[in-house]
Amino acid sequence: MDIDLITNILYAMVRTGTPLLIVALGEMVCEKSGVLNLGQEGMMLMGAVIGFIATLTTGSLLLGFILAILSGVIMSMLFAGIALGLNANQVATGLALTIFGTGLSAFIGADFVGQPIEGLNPYAIPFLSDIPLIGKMLFAQDLIVYLSFGLFAVIYWFFKSSRAGLTVKAVGENPHAANVIGLPVMRTRYLAVAFGGAMAGLAGGYLSLAYTPLWTENMTAGRGWIALALVVFATWRAERIILGAYLFGLASILNLVAQGLGYPVSPNLLAMMPYAATVLVLVMISSNVAKSKMHTPIWLGKPFHPGG
Amino acid sequence: MIKLVPRGEQSSTMAYMSPVLAGLLTLFTGGIFFASLGLDPFHALGVFLIAPVSDLYGIAELCVKAAPIMLCAVGLAVAFKAQVWNIGAEGQLLMGGLVASAVALQFGEAEGFWILPCILISGMIGGGLWGLLAAWLKTRFNANEILTTIMFNYIALYLLLYFVHGALKDPDGYGFPESALFSDAATLPILLEDTRIHIGILFALFASVSIWVLMQRSFIGFQIKVLGADANAAKLAGFKHKYLVWIAMVISAALAGLAGASEVTGPIGQLIPSISPGYGYAAIIVAFLGRLNPIGILFASFLMALIYMGGELAQIELNLPLAVTALFQGMLLFYLLACDVLINFRIKLNSAAANNTATGN
Repeated sequence: MDIDLITNILYAMVRTGTPLLIVALGEMVCEKSGVLNLGQEGMMLMGAVIGFIATLTTGSLLLGFILAILSGVIMSMLFAGIALGLNANQVATGLALTIFGTGLSAFIGADFVGQPIEGLNPYAIPFLSDIPLIGKMLFAQDLIVYLSFGLFAVIYWFFKSSRAGLTVKAVGENPHAANVIGLPVMRTRYLAVAFGGAMAGLAGGYLSLAYTPLWTENMTAGRGWIALALVVFATWRAERIILGAYLFGLASILNLVAQGLGYPVSPNLLAMMPYAATVLVLVMISSNVAKSKMHTPIWLGKPFHPGG
Repeated sequence: MIKLVPRGEQSSTMAYMSPVLAGLLTLFTGGIFFASLGLDPFHALGVFLIAPVSDLYGIAELCVKAAPIMLCAVGLAVAFKAQVWNIGAEGQLLMGGLVASAVALQFGEAEGFWILPCILISGMIGGGLWGLLAAWLKTRFNANEILTTIMFNYIALYLLLYFVHGALKDPDGYGFPESALFSDAATLPILLEDTRIHIGILFALFASVSIWVLMQRSFIGFQIKVLGADANAAKLAGFKHKYLVWIAMVISAALAGLAGASEVTGPIGQLIPSISPGYGYAAIIVAFLGRLNPIGILFASFLMALIYMGGELAQIELNLPLAVTALFQGMLLFYLLACDVLINFRIKLNSAAANNTATGN
């Protein structure tokens, strides 16, 4: 393998891992507050289709991204209204959100399938992007990739040393105790869910506006689910989410690697790899029960009703 | 301001009323939705829900679609009762269809009454093992079954694509990704002439009755229910947790496998890439809508089959995208979950005056 190929693989790895990183960070914040939202896939799809249509009709990428984020937030509030407001089972409500989002996005986007737009182009930072091997990977990406680096840093700091981060953790660990000491349990949870929705919408927008600038039905291809597994893999720690996202990015571009090495492998078997890798990693991480329990937000997925 | 007041004990009336209420709300929202698209809501709902079953062929077709959904959903009900979140009926169905097709093609033009049972049983084994894999990963490695079964759905789909583009492709099929058509001996008998209704619907009804007996009249059914209701109680009673998880998973997966086998040997008659329009996912909604109860699931399966047919007809007659089916499915589940709040809570409308009295102003 020559150095150009490795440089390109690293570049594609980060690019492919970026949507996963964004959704997984959002879901991590949500889960830290004790809410399990399995609707990531549906929210991503809505972000992708709304962002795409907005950009196609107005020509503005900025508007596309803003509306993608907004549609993720609206979808997440639908989940929050039922799961938090009406105390419904979070697993079932999350599944409903994905089924609904899959249907709604396909419905809205039916007339826009395959239409071309001018997507978000990479912007190479002068000098830095010329660094051998990692220059292209870190400094010749598009703005959303740079934004994802920033998001990672902010969320890392948020849980490491901010008071608000502590509140989110307290609410997820023991909402009753948090309620007693006067922390706003429900408001924190709604905000955490909304943040998760915003991230999922942004990640969806990234897919349809930058990664492959077009809309096709179900274009997220399970990335929302892989992100959920990533959060488990990362045992709810941001630094391991970024690592995991890029590892999965690598698993998704194995075709590139295989071509580079001259191996003819069936595209269907290659396409299977990220999902197989997800299972493998889940098994490896989960089998250490004590360790994975230690980091799981204790109240994850359990309803909390302030009145009773 | 709306307030939720806990009921103390669950309302059993509401447990049965909630799906009905959810259905009506879906209908109502559907009407508004059609009207907002500039369609006459009554005409559109008629096209969606009544026109598909206005003749004998339509009713037969309804049974054709309800069968795989029912098979998957009664199985899922067992898993969900045990709090085993099998989201993988779709993948288990695909694996059942794939394995059954591989076996069916091995028989070639051979004849014999035993061929069909062989194919169907291998489909059940294919689906069952696919589910068992997730059960094993859950009990042995503590891997979350929601995530593993979802991943297995994708893996099953790509496995199916791999084989339908490769080893199982019809060499005389002009390069299309399809297997050869199955022989008559490998095809399910038709129940009613000039329709597509085949004996798969009988499998579904038989499975529903069997699951009802299993859950209501057997010790295993009792253990599964206890495990789902209170895992600690099940432990104290000395029930074998792993064993019950395996049983629940293998039953649901084998039935999904049978659904897949019945689809390829029934209405489709060969292996194609799209053997399921998401029956495995729809079955999740059906299981909830039917209250995890075989009789409820029977009704819910026909409703779901009707939504599938309505979506197809709406595409032709109203020029709507086929995705309208999935849209209605998601809406139905949302409404059901929202209405279920009434099982445990009473809704209290606090007027401003009542608020003032309560706070002593």
